[in-house]
Amino acid sequence: MNWIPQIFRRRKLYNELSEEIRLHIEERTEQLVREGMSATEAEQTARRAFGNRTLLEERSREVWQWPTLESIGADVRFALRQFRRSPGFAFAAIVTLALAIGANAVVFAVLNGFFLRPLNVPQGQSLYAIQRGNDPYIVQSYPDYLDLRDRNRSFDGLAAYTISQAGIVTGNDPSHAWLYQVSGNYFDALGIHPYMGRLIHASDEHGPNSAPYIVLSYAYWHSHFHDDRGVVGRSVLLNKHPFTVLGVSPPEFRGTLLIFSPDFFVPMVNSEQIDGESFLNARGTRWVFEVLGHLKPGVTQAQATADLDSVGSYLEKTYPRDDTQSTFSLVRPGLHGDFVAPAVRAFLAGLMVLAGLILLAACANLGSLFAARAADRGREVALRLALGSTRTRILRQLLTEALLISLAGGAAGLVASVMLLRRLSAWQAFPQFPMNIPVRPDATVYLFALLLALVSGLLFGIVPVRQVFKSNPYEIVKAGSSARIGRKLTVRDLLLVLQVAICGVLVTSSMVAVRGLARSLHTNFGFEPQDTLLVNTNLAMAGYPPDKMPAMQKRMMNAMQTIPGVTSVGLVDIPPLHMGWNPSYVFSNRATDMRPPNAEGQAIEYRISPEYLQAAKTVLLAGRNFSWHDDANAPRVAVVNREFARKFFANRSQAVGANFKITDGTLLQVVGIVEDGKYTANLAEDPQPAMFLPLGQFPSGETYLVIRSGRDPQQLVAAVRSTLRDLDPGLPAFIQTWNEEMNGALFASRMATASLGVLGVMGAMLSITGIFGMAAFSVGKRLRELGIRIALGAQRKEVLYAALGRAFKLLAIGSAAGLALGLLATRVLAYIVYQATPRDPLVLAGAVVTMALLGVVATWIPAQRALSVNPLVLLRED
Amino acid sequence: MADTNSRDLFPGALEMMILESLRRQPAHGYALVQHIQQRSNNLLQVEEGSLYPALQRLLKAKLVKAEWGLSSTNRRVRTYQITASGLRRLEQQISSFERMFQGISLVLDPGEARTS
Repeated sequence: MNWIPQIFRRRKLYNELSEEIRLHIEERTEQLVREGMSATEAEQTARRAFGNRTLLEERSREVWQWPTLESIGADVRFALRQFRRSPGFAFAAIVTLALAIGANAVVFAVLNGFFLRPLNVPQGQSLYAIQRGNDPYIVQSYPDYLDLRDRNRSFDGLAAYTISQAGIVTGNDPSHAWLYQVSGNYFDALGIHPYMGRLIHASDEHGPNSAPYIVLSYAYWHSHFHDDRGVVGRSVLLNKHPFTVLGVSPPEFRGTLLIFSPDFFVPMVNSEQIDGESFLNARGTRWVFEVLGHLKPGVTQAQATADLDSVGSYLEKTYPRDDTQSTFSLVRPGLHGDFVAPAVRAFLAGLMVLAGLILLAACANLGSLFAARAADRGREVALRLALGSTRTRILRQLLTEALLISLAGGAAGLVASVMLLRRLSAWQAFPQFPMNIPVRPDATVYLFALLLALVSGLLFGIVPVRQVFKSNPYEIVKAGSSARIGRKLTVRDLLLVLQVAICGVLVTSSMVAVRGLARSLHTNFGFEPQDTLLVNTNLAMAGYPPDKMPAMQKRMMNAMQTIPGVTSVGLVDIPPLHMGWNPSYVFSNRATDMRPPNAEGQAIEYRISPEYLQAAKTVLLAGRNFSWHDDANAPRVAVVNREFARKFFANRSQAVGANFKITDGTLLQVVGIVEDGKYTANLAEDPQPAMFLPLGQFPSGETYLVIRSGRDPQQLVAAVRSTLRDLDPGLPAFIQTWNEEMNGALFASRMATASLGVLGVMGAMLSITGIFGMAAFSVGKRLRELGIRIALGAQRKEVLYAALGRAFKLLAIGSAAGLALGLLATRVLAYIVYQATPRDPLVLAGAVVTMALLGVVATWIPAQRALSVNPLVLLRED
Repeated sequence: MADTNSRDLFPGALEMMILESLRRQPAHGYALVQHIQQRSNNLLQVEEGSLYPALQRLLKAKLVKAEWGLSSTNRRVRTYQITASGLRRLEQQISSFERMFQGISLVLDPGEARTS
């Protein structure tokens, strides 16, 4: 390890070397003078005989260095000096890259969080959820879960959970909370250890309602119990049932569903106390949200699937009524199987491609900037070549500059994206749910950003390489930097076309998305969300038995009706376009075998009060509405939508009065037909059959009061709250306007539009700077020629054409390509953004106008400069 | 840096000649150049400066050592002296050079190669 003193000795070494060389030349000079030369001649001859002193000294010094490392250091210092000389260039380049790399890092982090990174549990890689056949719904019934758990040989314990809500009383005020009902082995199968106290174990379960225990999530403990360590062993009321707090789960464990994290966990065996009814023994009722577990070491997916299928064939044989077609497949947990994943994945992949294009555009931009700079520095490069520098050395210098810029840009972009991602992962997009957006950046994201920075640095750094290798120092020093205006297409031109095309794609697709979103906001939902409050209550949470619910619900409606300004009040179990909905099987009126394969089809089921249709402004097309006389003692009736009538009754006019059956065998008579609407949380859905059943005959503990008023619904909130408190102070309620509630349904299209909009704006900015750079460069290079043209009497138009014709031609080619590609790309968009269609004259016109505007803005200053050329001044210069 | 020896006859030749010269007697840079040129009857046109990177390499490898002093003509000079390990290296190099030279002449003179 003698290199440490060496570094300190170096200066002395170098000084000695210089001195020695100086003495050498001096001695030679003296010798030559003695031989009869003149002093000047002798000195020149001595120098010539010695060779390139600087180069030789440098080589001698290199002997003592880590040559590459230190000359890179010198390159870096030189590059920094260059940047200090043109801070505007450096700043523009760094900002451009920061934006582009930042955008990529954000999109990648989201992609990483949702798809690449396994769930945050120990050995998350081997965790799989079980999906039934090819059915995208991965729900199971509890008895089936028990059979799967006990009969499979492939999993290290199969756990189950389902999402519920409950009213929780910890002090005086009741509050509403979201929870996981979990199987007893849930934490042990996942390998989760408690933060405090203990977690639920399989040994806690001894049949229905035997385990009144609750495990708090860290976040809920922190926000609702203020980190109180004495909470373990305390009793809390869940839906008025006492539960004992066992412990707190660790902070990094936020449930097994991405996006949605629970406030706390309760054993599934106590589901009756949470949901108000128990399906623990109902094999045909699939309500267990997800069944998942770690594969045993060495077991492949195929083996596990085969194993599960053998359990499935046992189920089919033993329970032919409930378990038909019991084949299974494995899916990644976290995004509820194949149900949501493909759409999200397609969208994120699309976004990633667009972000990649942005970065490519930025690289093209910087590449042409660097090429222009290299041309401007032709003289410097030529001098260095003439002084004996090697071309590799000069290239390394140029690449060092490029990499410095790209690393600085990458770092800035990463910092910005980390800040954005932190905000995003703490974002509660829906106030009614605890959200867990798993996008905190990790090492993968940092590595990705670094890689992007390096790759893009090399990409745009490599652009001027050919230029440097071709340059002839002798010519350049003699004639000044080459101002040849080639007619042939250069790399720089191609880069510009590419960049404009990319911008065109982004502008087109963001316009399509914005138009689609705007249109979907003015679509006919089958109800009118304006001026309406939704009040979500769950009587089960307040301990009401099912038979007392209708009376209480009627009292709530009547009380709301008395609030001044309220025009109508209705009740619905789950409003349309809510995040959740209830699909039910529909059978013909003669059906006796109520198994799913025998169903005529599915319809979305709503349970409503007679006043709902009026409060929601859903139009009754034929027949009659319900009344409160349609109660438990009257024949069962239903109101269906137009699509239901079309699909299940051949002759639509005969639908009123017709009969059909539902899964439990109840015969229903259609008494009315209403307009079609939007029901599932996806505005892009096809018309769906829907049926409305009277709450009087089909009670539901959880309901939404639909309160329509003549004034701003926000002003009613306080009155609604106090009215509810007067009725039952122990009833938690969640109040928001229907428009707010619908944000959930519009979330995907909003996010898509926002992200596309941001990318579109970035693309536009990039191409403005790109075109500007190119136009300014070509005008600057040709000022003298333009001056001559003007002196010879060229008109303004001709001057402009000469100066910018090429830029405009490239712009036109690029825009056309971009528009065409953009229109193709929007087909993908149509899956996510409702009514996103590229066949829209407004979008086309808008995109064309935008691109033209971009061109004008970007070339404005260079055009002015070209026109204001004063031939006299220019020609007088050198 | 890769072409450090490009002006030499072959890699290491200049170092070898320097070591050989220094084995005969210690010398400073200028004297070394003179010596090499004279000894080769000016057949080898060594660029004077290229001596210095080679000397630095030898210094670093501790094959020679240097000392400031006065020359016979009373000039301030830095005189180089071969070290023990320098001598050992020189012997190795000479013998391997001779082997190589022998090989080359065998190839270049096929008549002799056939008889041997």
